[in-house]
Amino acid sequence: MFYREAGQFKTSYAADQQIFPITQDRVGVLLILAFAFLAVPVLFNEYWLKAILIPFLIFSLAALGLNILTGYAGQLSLGSAAFMAVGAFASYNFMLRIDGMPILVAFALGGLSAALVGIAFGLPSLRIKGFYLAVATLAAQFFIVWALTKFEWFSNYSSSGVITAQEIEILGYRFVSPEAKYLLVLAIVVLLALAAKNMVRSSVGRAWMAVRDMDVAAEVIGIRIMHTKLLAFAVSSFYCGVAGALYAFAYIGTVEPEGFNLDLSFKILFMIIIGGVGSIVGAFLGAAFIVLLPIALDVMVQEWLSGFLSPSISSNLQLIVFGGLIIFFLIVEPHGLARLWQIAKEKLRLWPFPH
Amino acid sequence: MKMRKTLSTSLIAAGLLGGVAADALAQSAEQFIGLPSYRVGAYAAGGSGIYGGWIDYMALINERDGGVGGVKLTWEECETEYNNARGVECYERLKKKGATGNSVFQPLSTGITYSVLDKVAQDKIPMVTIGYGRTDAADGRVFPWVFPMITTYWSQATTMVKYIGSKEGGLDKLKGKKIAYLYHDSAYGKEGIAVLEKQAQKHGFTFVPLAVAHPGNEQQSQWLKIRQEKPDWVILWGWGVMNPTALKAAAKTGFSREKMIGVWWSGAEEDTIPAGDASKGFTTAGFNVAGANYPVIKAIQDVVYKKNKGNMEDKSRVGSVYYNRGVVHGIITVEAIRTAQAKFGKKPLSGEEMRWGFEHLNIDAKRLKELGAEGFMPDLKITCEDHEGSGKVKYQQWDGKQWKVVSDWIDADREMVRPMIEESAAKYAKEKNITPRDCSKEG
Repeated sequence: MFYREAGQFKTSYAADQQIFPITQDRVGVLLILAFAFLAVPVLFNEYWLKAILIPFLIFSLAALGLNILTGYAGQLSLGSAAFMAVGAFASYNFMLRIDGMPILVAFALGGLSAALVGIAFGLPSLRIKGFYLAVATLAAQFFIVWALTKFEWFSNYSSSGVITAQEIEILGYRFVSPEAKYLLVLAIVVLLALAAKNMVRSSVGRAWMAVRDMDVAAEVIGIRIMHTKLLAFAVSSFYCGVAGALYAFAYIGTVEPEGFNLDLSFKILFMIIIGGVGSIVGAFLGAAFIVLLPIALDVMVQEWLSGFLSPSISSNLQLIVFGGLIIFFLIVEPHGLARLWQIAKEKLRLWPFPH
Repeated sequence: MKMRKTLSTSLIAAGLLGGVAADALAQSAEQFIGLPSYRVGAYAAGGSGIYGGWIDYMALINERDGGVGGVKLTWEECETEYNNARGVECYERLKKKGATGNSVFQPLSTGITYSVLDKVAQDKIPMVTIGYGRTDAADGRVFPWVFPMITTYWSQATTMVKYIGSKEGGLDKLKGKKIAYLYHDSAYGKEGIAVLEKQAQKHGFTFVPLAVAHPGNEQQSQWLKIRQEKPDWVILWGWGVMNPTALKAAAKTGFSREKMIGVWWSGAEEDTIPAGDASKGFTTAGFNVAGANYPVIKAIQDVVYKKNKGNMEDKSRVGSVYYNRGVVHGIITVEAIRTAQAKFGKKPLSGEEMRWGFEHLNIDAKRLKELGAEGFMPDLKITCEDHEGSGKVKYQQWDGKQWKVVSDWIDADREMVRPMIEESAAKYAKEKNITPRDCSKEG
């Protein structure tokens, strides 16, 4: 009834090719964006902005990056956290070593550095596929963290190997308050998500999907395999690198290489598996699930059960429930939360007269 | 199915909102202490022991003394899973709770310490890191809000050299000796290298660092190297599973465990028992000792566990190394509250007032005796410049069943460590544009 496209006619190519061809979608996305940009900084307190929403957006961006590589181009990667580390450490060093470096340029350069590293570790993908490639990217994960610890130049010879991100300042405005940091992160994430959405609809994205579905066939119809695969690695690592830079500069502040360990890579992989492989909105849903649900469980357990259960049991209970929910959602919909959303949309189109 | 889904989503939403609503509940005459604990994951043994001991000590103060100066202690745990991002979330969640906000943040994780380092200064909440964290934060002029109390990794490394010297019959006997340093290849493991290299120059021993990759269950090549190098002593700077693995490998290689010295994160029952007989003779550093024969532990057993209000599920762990370390955390927190109350009055204290309490903390031998903790932990005096306050370490040896104290409190080589701390802190201050405080002007 409310979600009906009857009567919406596309009379021009522009109308046919826009990102959200259905009016309701367009209005919905604009409303969400307006809410996120205008209402959230006013309505939500410091705890929500600093501890929930900023990390949610940053991990969404990292998941988006991995989704481009794994979901669209079909290359399994276990090195996302390491590419985030490259982004964080590169941005830090660009800020440190070049006077008057604008922070946004440093983020972009951090992302580009991650892209270069991504291309280097993407080279094996030309020969090896599937799980074997995952093992090759695992090497990236261990090598990068090791190199950042081993070569002290990266952390400016700090005795414990950690870096402390510089303050964010754009055109004389210092991003100190949680609201300001949130808006900056949101703006970057929205821009990059828009870029990703457009990329996957363009010839680049179609080439990625062709390679994912069957690379021999893709080659036969004239897609350059090497170019396409390495581009996917570069773009994906760029996204992860920017996410890493934001993680260091807008969220944690002081980071150590060990913070970007294999656990984090797995977490990002789980985000796209739960959210939906090969879907932009899936990256956001998956990040929400993996980042927010454990916190929600902990809050609930502390509020309601702390009097009845011993702390060890309640801590383990959270993990049990969290694991149970993952299994539940994967059984209900193996294609992830994004697919659930899609099914809901299809049902809504027919509602209330499904026949 | 649909019903269940709506139910679970609304549960989640309610849970998230509940966290916000609870902030509004102001409490009267209660001092709130937020506990960013970890009871699951690879380091659960440490987390459950330390936070358990700490909670039991606070329960003792509430039950026996009716709180501190009539102000009851309240606390809430927040599960961090030893994960930096979760630690930041816990920090933000806990900071506004209670009547006056969180009194002190003690994450028991170096990673989380770094993650909230800037935030504690902005929010005016003192952070206490006992035996971990950022060593150069001991310079209170640059880090007014951070207290790496009792002793730091660098101090500990120098006491190790002193202890080895005492076993060799004097520090001058170290000349020409060889000391291997088997370390966890991480920021934590590398902490000891710089200071030990300096010590090697000073005392004339050869220093052989050997890195072990995380998690440390594969050490064959390192022990082959030890067999070739034939060091006189091995310092084990390990963590978690690396410790029992090293002890077993030493037994296999035939290296005497009597000649192995562990860091304080290698020196708990959880590190030695899994290695069985191979651990016998292994000696480790500690800023607290094991054992239940101290009056403070007996008081906890009499008052808290008799009423069945104890935090430990496994009561045999009361008196273990980690548990006692938690009691040390409790003692320091409570004594800081007491110190601050003497100045600001017997009321719930704000973070700034708590910081004053920590900065003027003075637990001398007499006070330790009153607390029933004589010999249990070292005496301690914090000043504006010096946020470490003691530097003393005791050595304990595993006799196959339990830890036995084998040394008195050993002072750190502070003439060497302090300038290193100041140099490193000055570098940080320069990088972050911090003007160090002038301590002569502090009240």
